Amino acid sequence: MKLKRGLAAVLVAALAVGMMTGCGSKSSDKQAASDKKETLVMATNATFPPYEYVDGQDYAGIDVEVAQAIADELGMELQIQDVEFGSIISGVQSGKFDIGMAGITVTEDRKKSVNFTNTYATAKQVIIVKDGSAIQTVDDLSSNTKIGVQQDTTGDIYTTDDYGEDAVTRYNKGADAVQALLTGKVDCVVIDSEPAKEFVAANDGLKILDTEYVEEEYAICVAKDNDELLNQINDVLDKLKSNGKIDEIVNKYISAE
Amino acid sequence: MSNGWNTFVTDFRFVFIQDDRWKSLFQGLGNTLVITFFAVMIGIVLGAIVATVRTTYDKNNGDMKKRNPVGFYILSIANVICKLYLTVIRGTPVVVQLMIAYFIIFATSNNSTAVAVFAFGINSGAYVAEIIRGGIMSIDEGQFEAGRSLGFNYGQTMIYIIIPQVFKVVLPTLCNEFIVLLKETSVAGYVGIMDLTKAGDIIRGRTFSAFLPLLGVAAIYLVMVVILTALVGCLERSLRKNER
Repeated sequence: MKLKRGLAAVLVAALAVGMMTGCGSKSSDKQAASDKKETLVMATNATFPPYEYVDGQDYAGIDVEVAQAIADELGMELQIQDVEFGSIISGVQSGKFDIGMAGITVTEDRKKSVNFTNTYATAKQVIIVKDGSAIQTVDDLSSNTKIGVQQDTTGDIYTTDDYGEDAVTRYNKGADAVQALLTGKVDCVVIDSEPAKEFVAANDGLKILDTEYVEEEYAICVAKDNDELLNQINDVLDKLKSNGKIDEIVNKYISAE
Repeated sequence: MSNGWNTFVTDFRFVFIQDDRWKSLFQGLGNTLVITFFAVMIGIVLGAIVATVRTTYDKNNGDMKKRNPVGFYILSIANVICKLYLTVIRGTPVVVQLMIAYFIIFATSNNSTAVAVFAFGINSGAYVAEIIRGGIMSIDEGQFEAGRSLGFNYGQTMIYIIIPQVFKVVLPTLCNEFIVLLKETSVAGYVGIMDLTKAGDIIRGRTFSAFLPLLGVAAIYLVMVVILTALVGCLERSLRKNER
């Protein structure tokens, strides 16, 4: 019996070693293949129109096209990973993804964990309410208001700071928060202006308040130790800005009012 | 070594202590326990009713058809409803059921914890029903016959002879189901409820650190399951006193 158990342990150990070496050789194969054309892995959360969303089978949106333009300039192949918004920055930090691009606002807290490129878009947080809501301006929000947000977005962070933990209900997607607003589970939704417009256009009986909650800037995040990529992207962004490529992409998705 | 320890302490302070983040973990743990407890209650009641209907039908449909046709039809309909319930609930994922309950069935309800209790309770009821039914079916037919020959009717045989034996048989499986349920409630975050997993997620999102929040949450779940298992172990041992 004891002998058998010893034998089993040896077998398991052998199997484990075999699997490890198996994995090792596989990843080095991959490395060899990608030497031809390096991949640029972009983490995003494709539930945020018009910046990133799924259109049919493909990813579309401003961030996706800007990232594609950057990858083209750098001679790299763009690979998109669709993950939860809250996992993007920690994934970039740990080197799982090369860049994070998901309408990410530059904040001081986030700067402690990752580096940000120059900004490529400005945005604001706005408040969506139902038609005829008692909430008329941002001043009507209080700690008794039920505020719906997308988890870990700046809308979540700012409203939690301003009105406290209990006032905020966090959903995985902006669209879920808007659905909760429609059925009266929350009183308002605080979210970025451009997705807000899309959500309001798609649902009857909603409106965006005239006063915005806060203004902010979007940028691409890169791991702290990857200054080379950061500088490369900044150079490309400057080029894309000056040759009008970024404006062209933005205008394609956001019609000027 | 001490350097690594210092880093760990700094990280631990940052992740759990700073900004009172441990408070949201405890709040989340509270919500997880509340949802699990009441869902277990609903599951037991619902499961017992469904199991009763299903076994009564299976064991009596032959002679009841002749003796009591009206009762037989009522029982047949109840049996079909129970079968439908089992098929639908066991055939769809609990996350989908939870979202259907939250966004469709109780679209106008503001009490999301109650909606979650309802969804998880209904879900658990289906599994509990099959566990209890399996327990009843596992009791030897001779036990039924013995009861009937003592002059008990079907109901009395069940209550005095079968159920006490069933209880002992199903306890380990039932405990397993509740452990599964406790962990299944981790999807409550999908509908904006701050349960333990969601609290860990929020800390992960705020600190941009994955290691401690995830391992911390895992450790809390593990401790709860270990405690639950120990409690059921005690109960099982005391039930086994009549055995040799």
